[in-house]
Amino acid sequence: MADILSNGGRDLLLGNEAITRGLIEAGVRFASTYPGTPSSEIGNNLEKISQEAGMYFEFSVNEKVAFETAAAAASSGVRSIVFMKHVGLNVAADPMMTLAYSGVRGAMLILTADDPSLHSSQNEQDNRIYSKLALLPMMEPSTPAEAKDMVAEACRISEELELPLIFRTTTRVNHARGIVEFGEPAEASAKGHFEKDTARFVNIPAFAKRNRLKLLDLNRKATELSEISPLNFIEGEGDTGIITSGVSYTYVKELIKDVQVLKLGFTNPLPERKIADFIRGKSRIIIVEELEPFLEDQVLRICAQNELSVPVFGKRTGHLPMEWEYSPDVIARLKDLVRMDAPPVPLRPVEMKLPGRPPTLCAGCPHRGIFAATKKAMGKRDAVYCSDIGCYTLGVQPPFAMADFIICMGGGVGAAGGFAQATDQKPVAFIGDSTFFHSGIPPLISAKFNDHKLVMVIVDNRTTAMTGHQPNPGTGRDFGGITTEALDIEAVVRGIGVDFLATVNPYDVKAASKVMKEAIDTDGVAVVISKMACPLELKKQRALVIRETHVDQSRCIKCYTCLKTIACPALVKKGDEVHVDAVQCIGCGMCANVCPKDAIEVRQ
Amino acid sequence: MRYTIQIVGVGGQGVLLASMVLGSAAMKAGYKVAMSEVHGMAQRGGSVLCTLRFGEEAVSPLEYSGGADLLMGFEPVETCRNISLANRDTRILMNLDPVYPSMVAAGFEEYPDVDEMVSAVRGRTENLVTIDATSIAVEAGKAVAANAVMIGAVAAAKGFPLSKDLLKEMLAENVPPKFTDLNMKAFDMGYDYMSKQRN
Ligand code: SF4
Ligand code: SF4
Repeated sequence: MADILSNGGRDLLLGNEAITRGLIEAGVRFASTYPGTPSSEIGNNLEKISQEAGMYFEFSVNEKVAFETAAAAASSGVRSIVFMKHVGLNVAADPMMTLAYSGVRGAMLILTADDPSLHSSQNEQDNRIYSKLALLPMMEPSTPAEAKDMVAEACRISEELELPLIFRTTTRVNHARGIVEFGEPAEASAKGHFEKDTARFVNIPAFAKRNRLKLLDLNRKATELSEISPLNFIEGEGDTGIITSGVSYTYVKELIKDVQVLKLGFTNPLPERKIADFIRGKSRIIIVEELEPFLEDQVLRICAQNELSVPVFGKRTGHLPMEWEYSPDVIARLKDLVRMDAPPVPLRPVEMKLPGRPPTLCAGCPHRGIFAATKKAMGKRDAVYCSDIGCYTLGVQPPFAMADFIICMGGGVGAAGGFAQATDQKPVAFIGDSTFFHSGIPPLISAKFNDHKLVMVIVDNRTTAMTGHQPNPGTGRDFGGITTEALDIEAVVRGIGVDFLATVNPYDVKAASKVMKEAIDTDGVAVVISKMACPLELKKQRALVIRETHVDQSRCIKCYTCLKTIACPALVKKGDEVHVDAVQCIGCGMCANVCPKDAIEVRQ
Repeated sequence: MRYTIQIVGVGGQGVLLASMVLGSAAMKAGYKVAMSEVHGMAQRGGSVLCTLRFGEEAVSPLEYSGGADLLMGFEPVETCRNISLANRDTRILMNLDPVYPSMVAAGFEEYPDVDEMVSAVRGRTENLVTIDATSIAVEAGKAVAANAVMIGAVAAAKGFPLSKDLLKEMLAENVPPKFTDLNMKAFDMGYDYMSKQRN
């Protein structure tokens, strides 16, 4: 990993490392998040360095709480950032919409990491639209180097306007890598003081009305700042004008010739005069931006209001797509409008049938055990498996097929309640430990309150695995000079007073299956906690004990129960024999547990 | 000048390490560098693709299909799957050591014949070099050094713009000290192997 705290020099940084460095150079002293790809590495970096950098950092229980903590810090005059993946901002949208009315005193950045092409997300929403909804200023970097420098500028603007600022990145900025020159770390205090101002910070209707007018005023002021911002600049010469932002700028800059480019970094509010001046006299305008026609529709409006009758090409004319991230291949669709080198001729695809390689649950992943146990316990009953966001989402794959309905974090349990009432099918909701704390508790309470007959399976693998193993309330915290006790999930659930509660070891598939059967037969709210640490996390902590496992071929009857129910990647079929791949196997014993002939031996 | 390396393989094979070594060497050589990496969900045993571009004009973190100057294939199926990243002039380095996808390991899907995959690629380009990086690494001391073999081989690829010494230096910086000797040896063996090829 790069040395983000280095005193100077240059390094090849991941976008998320560059942003982390930017926080240090901008004197940001308070940071909070709920982990989510593609923003996660910022938190992983801060977990390691925040204390040394004199910054407070936390993994909050969810994005809404993360937002509120950062809002308080910024309202007390401490420069702060809250960061999350794009869908996380949906969770935090409630406080954001009204914090815009109060504003902040120290800078507050709301970093949203959007994921065009849904590399690791459930949707492709364009969060730039939030900036218009909340009337908040917004900036969008194009490269890691620009992202680092933009953090300080974003803080400056946020403080000048006394408004939180949306810092919008995309996967190809967060997970791009480029050369970054280090600047000076800023001196700043991590402690502020909250000066009370009821009319400003208490948004009861009488005050909120005034604040609404103030916000509209600030929005006009922000437009003026956008007009003069060095982040909105013009490059090149040409009769055709291109207006672009974000990573799209890099494709335009490198591939398209003989055009004038207006590159926008301060993208809400837009510099309307600058845009109108840029368009005036051009023979045509092309808008290059990923996802929604956010710039394009506003440019069309600016043209109309300024009586500019220059043709505007982009998504509305069908030249560029609304879906998926852009790339040089996508930019090549503009070849009839602009000058660019002929694209290379790719080799023909190979016709052979190639096996797919989707992401899968790891060897010895405890989720395999609880899925197998549930499947066995459910038998032929008509079930609806609601799932959630985490590694266990991969249970959608064969042989488990344990995901019939997934929408959002914590969404499975709420939906299970609906299925319980609206159908005669048995709803089972799988939810991870971190997701349980994030948004699984209110729907469980609601299920109890409304007597939804459902089973909630908390797959507690003692970490937030999917996003890179962050701590969560169930593990306790031990970084940045703060140590807290782990919260006991079973005690939390018991406190709610559900009708059935048990904790199982998913590696003992047979025993877990018996418990699952009881849970399924419960006429009420049943909760099963499937508790076993993620082996990948144990490996990272050097705490994984590996047991040698092998198949006794003389006892194996080739029924393939092990392959069909656990489907562990460490079980390899050679000819008609099942073997254990010693490199991958961790010796969890799940396969041995389901083997009807005890043909698999795990050395103790 | 602009040079693009596409690195394809499977999570855990050292694709990210290779891209870091090559990227740092490009930076040290004074070029601009633009890279793009796969993180997150795709890392759970899935296919991995890293794009590394450098040169005075390199700004974009992604490349055209067919735009690679060099395709580094850590795994045969992944090389075939991504063959359209290359054009007829692209140097292709194809490691022949398969990593079975879970459905193959479990016997539910077939892994294609490696020789057939090699001829499929040969049928499309004259610029293919195949390599048994794992066996070379085992000879060097340990199978895990296969990625060092691959990096060494790349250093000897025809027209490759970065120097051998620089790559070696960056490799040494990016591996744990106790594995330096192993990796240096594996690098040299990869380099020698590639030097003996016609390409
Ligand atoms: S479950 Fe046991 S008997 Fe059946 S194939 Fe696997 S090892 Fe052989
Ligand atoms: S013991 Fe069986 S289920 Fe567990 S990791 Fe090894 S092969 Fe996989």
